[in-house]
Amino acid sequence: MFRRFDEAAGPIVEIVVDDRRIEARLGENLAAALLAAEIEPFRTTPVSGAARMPYCMMGVCFDCLAIVDGVPNRQTCLETVRAGMVVERQNGARAPGPQNGGE
Amino acid sequence: MNRTSCDLAVVGAGPAGMAAASEASALGLRAVVLDEKPGPGGQIYHAITAPRTAARDAVLGPDYLGGLPLVDAFTSSGADYRSGATVWQISEDGVSYAGADGGGDIAASRVLVATGAMERPYPLPGWTLPGVMTAGAAQLLLKGSGLLADDAVFVGTGPLLYLVATQYVNAGARIEAIIDTANPAAKWAALPHLPMALRQSGYIAKGLRMLARIRRSGTKVIHGARDIALEGEDRVAAVTWQQGASGQRQRLACRHVFLHQGVVPNPNMTMAARAAHRWDEAQACWVVDRDTHGRTSLPWLLAAGDGAGIGGAKVAELSGRLAALAAAHDLGRLDAAAFAARSAPLIRRVGAEMAPRPFLDRLYRPADGTLAPQDEATILCRCEEVRRGAVADAVAEGCPGPNQLKSFTRAGMGPCQGRMCGHSIGAVISELSGRSAAEVGYFRLRMPVKPVTLGDIGGMTHAQKEET
Ligand code: FES
Repeated sequence: MFRRFDEAAGPIVEIVVDDRRIEARLGENLAAALLAAEIEPFRTTPVSGAARMPYCMMGVCFDCLAIVDGVPNRQTCLETVRAGMVVERQNGARAPGPQNGGE
Repeated sequence: MNRTSCDLAVVGAGPAGMAAASEASALGLRAVVLDEKPGPGGQIYHAITAPRTAARDAVLGPDYLGGLPLVDAFTSSGADYRSGATVWQISEDGVSYAGADGGGDIAASRVLVATGAMERPYPLPGWTLPGVMTAGAAQLLLKGSGLLADDAVFVGTGPLLYLVATQYVNAGARIEAIIDTANPAAKWAALPHLPMALRQSGYIAKGLRMLARIRRSGTKVIHGARDIALEGEDRVAAVTWQQGASGQRQRLACRHVFLHQGVVPNPNMTMAARAAHRWDEAQACWVVDRDTHGRTSLPWLLAAGDGAGIGGAKVAELSGRLAALAAAHDLGRLDAAAFAARSAPLIRRVGAEMAPRPFLDRLYRPADGTLAPQDEATILCRCEEVRRGAVADAVAEGCPGPNQLKSFTRAGMGPCQGRMCGHSIGAVISELSGRSAAEVGYFRLRMPVKPVTLGDIGGMTHAQKEET
């Protein structure tokens, strides 16, 4: 489990994850905030239903996908924490690939 | 939908992109910089402009804070910087992006791809389990949020693996073990390149200090591990491996595993643009063809930084400046004499900074089994959950290469667009078919280079929509 090793240098805000309220640091990375709050797993895969969590933290693996403020397939490792953000976990949903881009 | 035009569109605000934009602006070019992150700095200086704490600064050290002058120069350069912007298409007309500001199209005379490196995907049994991430991912969590995990096992090799482990030790985390997968023979292969590496002595000295710090902390470092596997049900619970050629199978319980096998350019954007690429045998990866200034085979496209070939942050910065000089010269905004005069010292410094690379490339070259995993059940394509066995079956049925593999297995057709499996699928096909990696090739990529919604592509022409 991840733990915070330093104090917040900025404000603390609340965000909602599947009806649960968690604290996060304003402006920090959303995936990091979810990991700090022990949200686990982030999603399950469309192929086998396997549990997934962030692997790369830099936008290349797409394992951190979630529904953010109603928008599905957001890469949480590229999202920034805002007060009142609403995150829903995305179970089994297929994310668009190169062959079905956006459809 | 934002529409604007510029001389140079830069994709990526890491060291290469920031330096290029600063240089271009100083030369009077109008530069627009687009980057996915909320702030500038790239991965190396991730979150450097966010509120920081003294405790974290102390752990991340002077190399991290050393990025501040570059960031400051960039933010005051006058370049038009758009954060949170995901570029999904580049072409001779410019770039298209999606973002919080509504996204848009930016017409540009030149496009510079400075999208950086990614960690080489390291497929081994269990690498998709929750609790497993790259060492670089762990470091980004530390840089951005001060997150640490206790009792992690670090698996792999390379300078970044030891850097993150050192920062963990300095931050007070307890590391369960470091399992170094480097081939012991690599040391001997690297040795002839040591004298050249020592010309840039600071780098080697830093490496030795990190190793000493880890040793003093009492962290267990395990060498000679083979056939490493990760076990667990809902989450990783243990690392297992074979110790030596004939030893017993070992097992170490843990809650986190951090993987690392070096870094490779992220080739998707330059490949989707159809610039020429070549296989780099020393670094075991595909790189875009470019000249000293970063000009690619396409007249409108330049590439700089680790995304165009691994050289580290300093080389990235220098290569960004060189690319800006080339753009200015080629657009008729810098005469030949000034272009040559300004380029020469930068090119000399690139040469000096690159001196340790042949040594490092050989010392930390991934062992063959890590490039092409041997276990049939190991997932290669994380998105579509395609295992090595399925790739082997396809090859046995006559599948000649990565592109045809898509129709055999769906490998490479998920949202990551082959970023996570491209290199290992090439290595597996190469091994099974007895052809070189260069011959086997890479996925044929196309735009959009990131998944986009119909709203994002609102400005697309009908013909472009047909193509996607
Ligand atoms: S963790 Fe890999 S894309 Fe977000």
